[in-house]
Amino acid sequence: MKLATLYSHGVAAGFPSPADDHKEKSLSLDQHLITHPAATFMARANGDSMQGLGIFDRDLLVVDRSLTPVHGDVVVVALDGQLTCKVLDRHHGRLLSANDRYPPIPVWEGQELIVEGVVKASIRYHRPL
Amino acid sequence: MLALVDCNSCYASCEQIFRPDLRGRPVVVLSNNDGFVVARSNEAKALGIGDLQPFFKIEHLLRRHNVAIFSSNYPLYGDISHRVMETLKGFSPEVEVYSIDEMFLNLYGLQEEWLDYGQRIRTTLWRDVRMPVSVGIAPSKTLAKLANRAAKKIAKCNGVCALDTPQKWQWLQKRMAVDKVWGVGRRLAKRLGRLGIETAYDLAQANPKILRRHTNINIERTIEELNGVSCLNLEEQPPAKKQIYCTRSFGEKLSELQPILQAVSLYASRAAEKLRGQECLVASIHVFLHTSPHEPHYYSRSTLVQCPYATNDTRLIASLAKGAITELYRPGHRFMKAGVGLVELVPSSLGQGDMFTAGQPARAAEMMQALDRVNQRFGRGTLFLGAEGVHKHWKMRQAYRSPAYTTRWEALPLVHV
Repeated sequence: MKLATLYSHGVAAGFPSPADDHKEKSLSLDQHLITHPAATFMARANGDSMQGLGIFDRDLLVVDRSLTPVHGDVVVVALDGQLTCKVLDRHHGRLLSANDRYPPIPVWEGQELIVEGVVKASIRYHRPL
Repeated sequence: MLALVDCNSCYASCEQIFRPDLRGRPVVVLSNNDGFVVARSNEAKALGIGDLQPFFKIEHLLRRHNVAIFSSNYPLYGDISHRVMETLKGFSPEVEVYSIDEMFLNLYGLQEEWLDYGQRIRTTLWRDVRMPVSVGIAPSKTLAKLANRAAKKIAKCNGVCALDTPQKWQWLQKRMAVDKVWGVGRRLAKRLGRLGIETAYDLAQANPKILRRHTNINIERTIEELNGVSCLNLEEQPPAKKQIYCTRSFGEKLSELQPILQAVSLYASRAAEKLRGQECLVASIHVFLHTSPHEPHYYSRSTLVQCPYATNDTRLIASLAKGAITELYRPGHRFMKAGVGLVELVPSSLGQGDMFTAGQPARAAEMMQALDRVNQRFGRGTLFLGAEGVHKHWKMRQAYRSPAYTTRWEALPLVHV
């Protein structure tokens, strides 16, 4: 994915550009957002329980499975066999939504919580695709 | 030391990655055209579903046990296989892809507790890709294969088996039939049986000089390998294929010539694309067409076409294949399958014609390059021969195909928020 090339100057015909020595690599969103390509998948958000954190319906989620989930991470979990996005509350052993209409989901002692990956970024489209 | 990492029930496991509800449940994957069962999760195996069983015969059984059924989803399997490979590169700089679900790693120079190392490979692949694997570690490829089998079959191994001493591999060899040894087929096993060689251990102890007279030269290497001497190198680049076949069943039986011509044009295009991918030209083409053997008047014909010059031009290959199929075609049959095989290949560098022998025109090669680039950039099938037809009615049946979760924007997994 190429966004823009960073050239500092226009090029004067006939002369070697002084900018040539300062040419930089194009910015890549992939490089920026995806540190572990083999362990990263993309997913589509479906619902409104995470609006408080700016994750809206149809947003794109960049999910890295290789990261160790820590308290406060936005994570994708397997909940009742379904991929679900929540905030991990390690201290109280529960999953939180970012919307007052949804109560916290307790994870009972001994119940295994399977984190499917850490949401590294979410992408919002400001013009419908 | 070498490691063989093998994905467990690879295709079925791929289908479970984005469907946590299917983990621990029976899952089967069907072949191209939904004909046979080609992969089964452990739970499906436990139901007694065998390998390569015709779908129509066991469909009722699958439904009764609520088995999840999938058509093959090769874009997904290919992407997952690539991820497995990339993850494995973190464990060894030298990885050989042996098949879509098996990879050899060269562990030369590493000083590790092999069982720990194997477990680390397993947990990493599960964490990063959600692919369950078995790991066999041994000093030769043949032993690594054996170790991998043990890792799968013996529950106590917990998915990893390291055969790092003769005591260990001999223990296993004594318990393993000789036909389970890598490179020993059923026919060879029969012949060995007549010489009193029943187990892998018998073979490892056999005199190679004597066996050689009865079998072939490869068996000598196998014996060496069974004794921990590595004879088969890690090939980072698998050798180029000697022949390229593109053959498929039609989605429905076809009686008319027109749709068969279209299908064959597509097969020819695919084969030609692969041909260019390995930088070869083709000199002769094998074309065949047949009905189902269960039809009352089974009809099956094939022909070999000589190309006017060695070529990689899709247009020429497709038109030769179409000409051949027109000859093979007889009205009044319901055809099930056709195929195009590029059987006589020459490297592109040897295919230049000279002043006196006609070769492929330079412009044709350029055109093919342009075609491949467009299709690589904008997706397969963006540019295609009009001869393939626009509506491909004869296309494969894939009634149960899952989304291409990792390769198509419109097929991304949905996450409930």
